[in-house]
This record gives sequence, structure tokens and C-alpha cells, in this order.
Amino acid sequence: MRKGHLSTYISKHTVAIFLFGLGLIVLLNSCYSSKKEKKPGSETEIQTVSKSLPKAPEAALPPYMADGRKVYRQVCLTCHQANGKGVSGLNPPLTQTDNVLGDKNRLLEIIIKGSEANLKDNTSEYANVMQGYGMLGDKEIANVASYIRNSFGNKAEPITVEEVTSFRSVNKK
Amino acid sequence: MSKTSHKLFDLRAKWLFLFVIILLFSGCKEKQENSVKEPVLKISPDNEGIIVPDGFGVMKVADSLGAPRHIAVNSNGGVYLKLRKPIDGEGIIYLEDQDGDGIADSKKGFADYGGTGIYLDNNYLYASSDEEIFRYKLNAEGEVTDTNSPDTLVTKLVSYRTHATKSFTMDGDGNIYVNIGAYSNACQETDRTLGSPGVMPCAILDSAGGIWQFRSDKFKQSYGEGKRYATGLRNVVGLDWNNQLNKLVVTQHGRDQLNTLYPDLYDTETSAKLPAETMYIINEGDDAGWPYIYYDQFQNKKILSPEYGGDGKKTAGENAIDPITTFPAHMAPNALLFYTGDMFPEEYKNGAFIAFHGSWNRAPEKQKGFLVAFVPFNDGKPSGEWQIFADGFAGIEEVSSPSEANHRPTGLAQGPDGSLYVSDDAGGTLFRIVYNKK
Repeated sequence: MRKGHLSTYISKHTVAIFLFGLGLIVLLNSCYSSKKEKKPGSETEIQTVSKSLPKAPEAALPPYMADGRKVYRQVCLTCHQANGKGVSGLNPPLTQTDNVLGDKNRLLEIIIKGSEANLKDNTSEYANVMQGYGMLGDKEIANVASYIRNSFGNKAEPITVEEVTSFRSVNKK
Repeated sequence: MSKTSHKLFDLRAKWLFLFVIILLFSGCKEKQENSVKEPVLKISPDNEGIIVPDGFGVMKVADSLGAPRHIAVNSNGGVYLKLRKPIDGEGIIYLEDQDGDGIADSKKGFADYGGTGIYLDNNYLYASSDEEIFRYKLNAEGEVTDTNSPDTLVTKLVSYRTHATKSFTMDGDGNIYVNIGAYSNACQETDRTLGSPGVMPCAILDSAGGIWQFRSDKFKQSYGEGKRYATGLRNVVGLDWNNQLNKLVVTQHGRDQLNTLYPDLYDTETSAKLPAETMYIINEGDDAGWPYIYYDQFQNKKILSPEYGGDGKKTAGENAIDPITTFPAHMAPNALLFYTGDMFPEEYKNGAFIAFHGSWNRAPEKQKGFLVAFVPFNDGKPSGEWQIFADGFAGIEEVSSPSEANHRPTGLAQGPDGSLYVSDDAGGTLFRIVYNKK
């Protein structure tokens, strides 16, 4: 009896319910996609980013920016400086240079092998040597490489963990 | 049609008006220049942004000079500047001020090599590349006339990427004292590398990391003809002969990167404060202890370097000399000058001016030391703490990276009237500081 009542109700309002459902789906979908646009990556990653960096604009950045920044502060900042401009005559800048913004493998080689790697054009210009940071994990290298390619006014395609892994397997010595 | 011509007329009228005004002003200027005859120094009303003690004034002698390093002034007030890199094939610049207003009004260049060191005596101008020392004959006016064929006094000094510049001074007795900087931070097996141990004994010291003595009247001298006068000095950029002591005095750039190389022993704050930049009186045969020790100005001790088993507390270097004065870490003393002029007040006489280039290795802490310091001396020994003499070269309150600094003091020279000249290799400026209190 109740069942019958419900079924008649549904059949009576099929069109309205269908429209309501459709509306709901569109609404949810649009919410979801706008969220996705702002923050790619999993829900948990978004939370950790926004917790450690409460500022709204930074929370909107891809996760490699925050993770790469951590690595940068630990191993790169002293020489290349907070603004990435380096030190005249001593440590090269990370801005406006093919070593950073050009071929991804060139940057990976410098990070992993140090300044003896691929800096023939710069040797007379900057006095200090840089050690290789091959002891860092593939993810840390991908993060820091992507971070410097997209900081200090730089804009270049990020480097993925897979790209670091494949670079290492090809350049094993 | 009429509208367009109207516009055209408007435009013409504007140009005419502008032209008349320019004419008017240029006329004024000419008149002014003609009426001023006696040399009056054009001290900048704002001292070029440089903060100096009461009674002192600053002027800009010249700018757009590239990267001038050490400087020397002849008896006529002409200034020789050594450029780090030659510009259009000219690595030495000569500035003259014909009308005596203190602003350079002619500029000549020669010498196709870059470098840091330059020195004048009564007969010659001496200048260094990163491997050689040359000398040029002076005429009666203290000018180099034959710029193309200098004598090569010293040659084939080691020059690698690190600490390659060859600063030098002379003792007035025919001897040249040249810094051969260590091509390393702390003589690790692999330079500036986490976990790389210190080499024992440090082989770099055979050909670098000290002061070498050569004669000023012999040609093509190298290690065989010279003498290792002092060792254990990482890199000396500022050095001067002290005539009261009749001894060489040097300022050393202390080591870098205690935190980045030994994060377990030194945090970033400690690393920004250690070690001291040091000033030494040098006697023949002295050892200042690099790379085995560094000087901790808070404990007032020579501390065993972590590369050689140190932990920040263990002392070492019992045979190494002690500094006669210390400065905050990483400020980079790039020039030393004992003031012998009569222009400045009495307390400056025979004291030491030091040009600090400013730090980079304090990061992530704020940078420091874009200034000229003064240390009072009495009977050839420091008689007080170091003090800031001229400040504000950076042009900004807080410097987080040296690339933000407008000027970085690098060279010092004393003019015949007792003025103090300061070169800046970041902004390419030559400053002159005078005392003008009546």
C-alpha cells in the first residue's frame, strides 16, 4: 500500500525528480571540478599543504612548490640565496639561465653530479664549486627541480619523479 | 584640415618653448662654470646616501666603471682602478679631475687583463692579473705613458676558480707581498662537500693559502724565485704595509658553510656568526692555521676545524698566530689601508680603514657588512674596538642577499690631500670621503 503510494508518487513526478537529480549532479560536479582546478593532487596532500602554509595563495600552489621549497632551504639557499639570484662572482643565479630553464636533463645532471657536470660556460664566471646531491631521493630531486623552475620569476615545466628515475637509470656510472 | 594644422602649430609651439627653456638653462650652466675658478670640491648634499661621522662629506668621483677592485691615487690626484674584468679590452682605468671639483672629467683605459691588485710607488704602477704581477713606468706627472709593454715581475701563480685574485702590497724596500688564496674552503678532499674529510697535510699550502714575497726589480719570478713568507691564510684580499711597525698586516676571509657542511654541529644561526674575520700582523714564517683551525671570536680561541675532527669546542693550532683584532663573520674584508694623511682628525692617524664587501654566507640570516670600518691604532697595535666609519653602501635597510646591495666596498686609497677613496665593484662607483669641518 505504502509501496504503491510511493511508486505512484514517483511515476507522477518522474520528470521533476529527474530534473532535480540532474541539477544536483551538475552542481556537485562543478564544485568538484573547481576544487580540482585550484589544487591538483589528493585530498590529504591539500590538507598538509594548507596546514603548514596557512597563506591562501600559497595553498593554491601545486605540492612540489612547498615540498621543493623545503629541500631548497636545506641544501640550496645558502649559496643560491633566498631570491635565487646567487652571489656575483661566486655562486651562479638560478634565474634567466638554460642550466635551470632549458633541457630537464641538464638541470638534473647539475643537481645530481654538482657543478663539475655541465657548466663549461660558467666556470670562469663563478668561483665556488657545488657538490652533487645524488644522495637525495628521486621525489626530493623532482620537487626541488620543479620548485626552482617555477620560482624567482622562473616559469618552466615541472620535472616528474619518473623523469628523475629514468635519468638516473640512463646515467648510472 | 584646420584642426590638424592647429594641432601641428600646438606641437611646434611646445617644441619651441622647450627649446628656449633648454637654451636658457644651458646658458645659466655655462655662466656658472665660467665664474667658478678656484677648486671647490662638489660634496654631494646627501653624501650619496653614505652615512659618515659628523664633519665628513662624500662625493661620487665617477660611476659606471664596471667592477673596480683595488685602487691607487697618484701625487696629482689621478686615480688608477683595477677592474675585475676588462671592458672593451681595458682592465685598468685612469681617472683625472682637471678642474679640481673632485668629479672625474677624463677617463683612459689600458691593460687587457682582469684582476684585483694595484699599487703605486714613485716610479711605477704595479697591477696583477690572477697569475701575474706587472709594472708600468710612470712619468714625472705620475702617469703611465707606455701602456703596452709592462715588465712582467711575477708569473705562473696558481689560479683556479676559488680565491684566484692576487692582492698585493709593497714594503718600500723592493719587496712585493702577494696573496695566493687557497683554492678551497677548508681543504676537504672534495671542496664544499658534505662528509668529505680534510686532507692531512693540506697539499694546497705548497703553492697557495699564504703570502709569497717577490722582488720588485726582478723579472719573470715564480715559486722558485719567490719565498713563502707566511702560510695558513685561507684568502687575504686586504693587506697593507704598516710603516710604524715596519710589518705586513693582512685581513683574512674566514671559512664558509659550517652549517651546510656540518649541520649536526652548527645550526644556521651559529654558522652565520662563525668564524671571525681576522686581522693579523705578519712576521716572516708565520702560520695562521688554515685549514686546521678557525678563530672563534666568542670563545677567543683557535678551534679545530670540523674537517679535522673538531666539534666546535676542541682547540688546536698552538703554533698558529693569533689575530690582533676580529670582526663579525662573513663580512669579507676586501681592502686594508693604514691612514697616514693629515686631512682627517688626529684619532684617525695611523689607524686602519677596512673595506667590507658584505656577506653572503650568513643566509638564511640577514646579510651584513656593506661598509667601511675603522680600527684605531696606537704604536702599531689596535687601541680600541672596530667601529663603523662609513655605512649605507647597500642602499637598503635589510639585505637578505648581496645581489640587492647597490654598492659593495672593495678598494681603498688615500689621496695626496688625505681624502679616502672607496671603490665599489657592485655598482661600479668610485666614492671620495673628505673631512670638511672648519
